[in-house]
Amino acid sequence: MVDATGTRRADVLVAGGRVAAVGDDLDAPGAQVLDAGGCLVAPGLVDLHAHLREPGREEAETVETGARAAALGGYTAIVAMPNTEPAIDSAAVVRQVLDLGATAPCDVRVAGAITVGRAGKALAPMAEMAALGVRLFTDDGAGVQDARLMRRALEYASALDVTLAQHCEDEALAAGGHMHEGEWSSRLGLPGIPAEAEELMVARDIALCRLTGARAHFLHLSTAGSLELVAAAKAAGLPVTAEVAPHHFTLTHAEVAGYDPVYKVNPPLRTAADVAAVKAALAAGVVDAIATDHAPHAPEAKEAPFDQAPPGMLGLETALALALGELDLPVERVLALLSWQPAAIAGLAGEHGGPIAEGAAANLCVVDPAAAWVVEPDLLASRSRNTPYGGRKLRGRVRHTILRGEPVVIDFEAQR
Amino acid sequence: MKHLLAVNDLGAEGIEEVLRVTDSFVEVSSRAIPKVPALRGKTVVSLFYESSTRTRLSFETAARRLSADIMTFTAPTSAIAKGESLRDTVETIQAMGIDAVVVRHGSAGVPQLIASWIDASVVNAGDGWHEHPTQALLDCYTIRQRRGSLDALRIAVVGDVKHSRVARSDVAAFALLGADVTLVAPPTLLPPSLEGWPVTVSHDLDAVLPKVDVVYVLRLQNERMKEALLPSLREYTASYGLTRRRADLLADDALVMHPGPMNRGVEIAADVAALENSVITTQVANGVAVRMAVLYLLLGSGQDLAG
Amino acid sequence: MTSEDVRRAVTRIAHEVLERNHGLDGVALVGMQTGGVPLAGRLAAELERIEGTAVPVGTLDATFYRDDIGLRPLIPEAVTDITFDLSGMTVVLVDDVLFTGRTVRAALNALNDYGRPRSVQLAVLVDRGHRELPIRPDYVGKNLPTARHELVDVSDSGVDLGTVVPTAPGGAGPPASGEGAGLGPRRENRAQ
Repeated sequence: MVDATGTRRADVLVAGGRVAAVGDDLDAPGAQVLDAGGCLVAPGLVDLHAHLREPGREEAETVETGARAAALGGYTAIVAMPNTEPAIDSAAVVRQVLDLGATAPCDVRVAGAITVGRAGKALAPMAEMAALGVRLFTDDGAGVQDARLMRRALEYASALDVTLAQHCEDEALAAGGHMHEGEWSSRLGLPGIPAEAEELMVARDIALCRLTGARAHFLHLSTAGSLELVAAAKAAGLPVTAEVAPHHFTLTHAEVAGYDPVYKVNPPLRTAADVAAVKAALAAGVVDAIATDHAPHAPEAKEAPFDQAPPGMLGLETALALALGELDLPVERVLALLSWQPAAIAGLAGEHGGPIAEGAAANLCVVDPAAAWVVEPDLLASRSRNTPYGGRKLRGRVRHTILRGEPVVIDFEAQR
Repeated sequence: MKHLLAVNDLGAEGIEEVLRVTDSFVEVSSRAIPKVPALRGKTVVSLFYESSTRTRLSFETAARRLSADIMTFTAPTSAIAKGESLRDTVETIQAMGIDAVVVRHGSAGVPQLIASWIDASVVNAGDGWHEHPTQALLDCYTIRQRRGSLDALRIAVVGDVKHSRVARSDVAAFALLGADVTLVAPPTLLPPSLEGWPVTVSHDLDAVLPKVDVVYVLRLQNERMKEALLPSLREYTASYGLTRRRADLLADDALVMHPGPMNRGVEIAADVAALENSVITTQVANGVAVRMAVLYLLLGSGQDLAG
Repeated sequence: MTSEDVRRAVTRIAHEVLERNHGLDGVALVGMQTGGVPLAGRLAAELERIEGTAVPVGTLDATFYRDDIGLRPLIPEAVTDITFDLSGMTVVLVDDVLFTGRTVRAALNALNDYGRPRSVQLAVLVDRGHRELPIRPDYVGKNLPTARHELVDVSDSGVDLGTVVPTAPGGAGPPASGEGAGLGPRRENRAQ
């Protein structure tokens, strides 16, 4: 058993959606027994960053299929990003997505938009969304370009006990780029997005954070420079948190050489030095969470010229294995980055990611760290197939997932 | 060789082979009957998402002179204009039973994608800013015709390298054949990174011109002005245009080249384009023979060469 | 055939050409790449020695007219060089070895694209048989019975039944690359 309090060996008894007992050789006649031999029992994983596409793009993903993929990946809670059609920028759309998630095999939470229609012009009604439990706000897919508007948003948010999360990208500097600007973009003849397009907005938002005193969360940071800025902001005591996505510590821009749009993602795959910096920042505690940026796209959308394909790749079903395989971190640290640390950022600490103790919500995952498997895109639960890891051999897989006491995944199989 | 997607796929030996076979097709093209039956029964499709009458006609002439059948799909006249996806269009064409697709597309990498979807040979006729390999081959052929070889030649490539598929292919081909390549351009028109490029860079055309055997002038597209890459055409011409004064700095036997179509008075002066050492029209003439060689090598030289 | 035999054969063919065409008026030689080219040169020299007038000589590579394009790698050996108009001429097509006749068929088609000769005659140093097309030589240095899979080796030192090259039944011969430009074994020597 691994949680924020440490690692120990024990049986866990679950009843009525809660942990009923933790101890050696528990005996519960008639109870369903899930074998966890050789496995780690941990609090369920929490994803701060999933694009579930519903409403609007149900051909790519639905709340239901995204939640199933999440459960198979060990997640008991995911935060749905608001770049749907329409955007999640009002209580009505928040309620719609929460309703869709009510019966899903994963606890589906919602991030609201900062601005109306994610258009970056006017503040969205954050208070009415916060009243429905929304704790994260972001225009993800785009950053809030207007510094004054972002300042107002931070100030306004600070009274609601919510966190603003930024997709850091200065659009003027990014100038419609499709991959990381550098050696490969130059060779391939694709317009690039310089690392500085991300770093400019990270620096700006750190300044705004200092100005307003409001909390800020940085989504999917991908460059060494961004991580240095965050490290310095944290050292200065500013209330900032940061996440990175698995592909940014696994893949580099060299993958784009074949022009396969499956490798198109925003922020783009960066250099090997950036990958090393992301890993180092995870090890050093500069980064608080690993978030998937799970971004499904229907096959026809990705069977397009690289510069016409939408950015994004699947992540929910592969994040844990990649974190275990790519990061040279103890499993306790990997689980902290995937479970209790993001749970705290999402304002879910009471229900997800907490220590496994009597009375705690029974949101758990059972990880087989030795399970070897090959990613087969056609076997993924997501409605889309745009994983860059097809055919890749991974080690470490979620064997069971328990949501509110119900085993939604048993022996690597989704139960509903 | 199954496809021609990029110059580096050929390597130095591959380029040499294309140039050798081109010699034969130059001879064929010079005849009263400039046609051979080599590709009878083969069907070549030209799939042009960007209009480029010059390149399309050059390829289609090459295919006809090899006795292949031609089908033409161009953007404004076909299903392409009706919003059909790239993959659907390509699979439809493939279903008609074809042997090669000559692709021009505004997006880099499209020929590579198409090659991964179909069995026919794919020839890149220009993809975005990426490559235009047959242009590089005809440029190499033209230089070789005049100078015997490219080995140790000093070649300046002048102008908008950043947005130029011709420059990417030419730099690769010139370097593979042993030439020393210098890029001459304002920093805004150079690729953001030149890591791995076998080139040196200069911003001083006057200093470079006396030292080169070939000056290769790239086309400057007017839309570059809108992107704040240059203050004005006038300023560009003043610094980087191949004016008559600058042409006089060239060695007597130095060649002047341009991929066309020219913006006379911008990147190259009209009287420079007409100089004896300007081989711009020779480039065009060699284009058909080079493309005959490419199509012949892809479709006619047997499966043994595949791979 | 020794090199002396070859010399005598060339001389005899030269006389036959003169006799049949009543001199050299309107006669041109076209050597087929690659083995026929040096032979055409020798024949032209011999004709000039006998008659005292030069005869136009061209070289022809008929690769693009072959009927096995696409079945095997076929790269032209050299650029065709026919600088005179063939129309109305008597063209003596010269090759070293006549085998299946397919190369001659290709050459006849190619010649037509250079003009319309009054007639075409065929001179070969060696006729080894095994014709697959209705083609017959007008001048033969030597008839040399061979097995299909054998190779006739024509070189400066003469003509030999060269190394026997075993080929799989129905399979293509060894790759054509690496052949010298001089008098060397030619593709048509091989079983097809």
